[in-house]
Amino acid sequence: METYTSDEPDTWISQFCTQFGHDYFVEVAPEFIEDDFNLTGLGSIVPYYRQALDLILDMEPETTVDSNDLPLVEHAAELLYGLIHARYILTKQGLHAMAEKYEDTCFGSCPRYYCDNMNFIPIGRFDSPGVETVRLYCPNCNDIYLPNSSRYLNIDGAFFGTSFAGLFMKMFPEINRQVQARTKEQFRLKIFGFKIHETAPCGPRVQWLRATPRNQNQLLELKNCEFSIPEIKDNEDDEGEINGNGNDEDDDEIIKDTERESDGEDDDGDEDEELDDGIVVEDGNGDNVSEMMSIV
Amino acid sequence: MASQNYVSDSESEYSEYWIDWFLGNKGNEYFCDVDVEYITDRFNLTGLNQYVDRVGTLVDIISDRQQVNEDQPEEVKRTLEDNAKFLYALIHARFIITIRGLNKMLEKYRNGDFGFCPRVYCKLTPLLPIGLSDTPRVESVKLYCPNCEDIYNPKSTRHAAIDGAFFGTSFPAMFLQTFPELVPVHSTDIFTPKIFGFQIHDYAKITRWRSLQKEKLIKDLQSKNIEFDENTPGGLAKPVPEYEGLSKSSSKRNRASKSRN
Repeated sequence: METYTSDEPDTWISQFCTQFGHDYFVEVAPEFIEDDFNLTGLGSIVPYYRQALDLILDMEPETTVDSNDLPLVEHAAELLYGLIHARYILTKQGLHAMAEKYEDTCFGSCPRYYCDNMNFIPIGRFDSPGVETVRLYCPNCNDIYLPNSSRYLNIDGAFFGTSFAGLFMKMFPEINRQVQARTKEQFRLKIFGFKIHETAPCGPRVQWLRATPRNQNQLLELKNCEFSIPEIKDNEDDEGEINGNGNDEDDDEIIKDTERESDGEDDDGDEDEELDDGIVVEDGNGDNVSEMMSIV
Repeated sequence: MASQNYVSDSESEYSEYWIDWFLGNKGNEYFCDVDVEYITDRFNLTGLNQYVDRVGTLVDIISDRQQVNEDQPEEVKRTLEDNAKFLYALIHARFIITIRGLNKMLEKYRNGDFGFCPRVYCKLTPLLPIGLSDTPRVESVKLYCPNCEDIYNPKSTRHAAIDGAFFGTSFPAMFLQTFPELVPVHSTDIFTPKIFGFQIHDYAKITRWRSLQKEKLIKDLQSKNIEFDENTPGGLAKPVPEYEGLSKSSSKRNRASKSRN
């Protein structure tokens, strides 16, 4: 495919892909576009469908296009190409073409500090055009980000589609290996070295967002999340018990204090505490956890 | 006082304070101006002489009491200038956790001088600069997002070269403690990759586990009678339905995905 386009550098497709800000796109193989089966349903979405298709494939239009309509056809061609592109990158050929771009960090890398420049995968949150522009998915933190340059903010997310990122990761297990090699550490805001208490407004409230299971208890919990979110049982852990009885605030404090003192010996202590002090837990059975994580 | 001195022995074509010159330099957009009174107070400089020599001279340069002597060799002048910048930045780290400094940084925060969180669900929450170490020359500056409570690398390489110790590890926490009303309502959306509308199992599983942790937190907060609704600073927002405001076919899919969950 690569050689095909480099032989004829002046095709509409290669022109489109080399335009400023279009570096996320790969060149769709003309054979793919020529196959009508691959274009099923696009005719009803794209205006001037026939003319646009002719334009993309550099064919002489069957009916001459009105010069007034030319910008409209040009626009329609871009839309059509984008939608074909979304379908093409789900094919084996397309996935490999995108993999090349991924390897070259064409889509940028995750700005999150602990993601350590993990390469981005472009993603659309919607498959219908005109809803949202393209977003970037980071396989490491499992989150989506805005492109860091505004030049990508006029690219429709539907030109990459919702399924591409998932399929791409399934196709190339290497990505998963890269993720496994990266730290699972989480940032925790501190003031002069002290953590902020959960009850403060600026205390940790979204630590769950980047959390990963760190000990046996949590791995068991993860296992229970196989098909649905389990109910939080009051007697499941110490934390639950505190919650159940702790109507009196003073009472609560006392239990907490004693718990903190015995934190060293008590292995199945406060669930949340363990989550926060992940390093402590990791020291204990870090090897075990990482082994189990790879199974997970 | 300092300004008078400066004007009297100014040699450049237009008079400019050293601090203004420093702040105007490209790449120094994250810094705020430190009060001259703060810099000249020796108590605030305690311990900084372990990082730079001739603190007294440098302070005089920063506060425009003394010009860099033009007769000196180029190299000496440059070291002096670099050290002055370095000292200013270290003082800056101390200044921005004082109440005056916090107010100055508040203005910059409101202007979005530190950039905005690139995470989609954070909806452009302004960021705050943070260092990962209080010792200089360890790690460059990072940006803290109060919405997702995570740290990000600065967008531009110019800013990525700034030392993190020039802002310190405590600044964002101090800032949010001082202005608790600025703590954003946290978004509770979690992204789960899908293939043809179906969530990928491994990712859906960890998403469910994370939701479980969130539920636990909510329960904990409830038991402690702490407000955390979407109207309270630092509260948790309601999750936004993913296919909100879309056509019929999409909302159908939404319902389907909901029932799967």
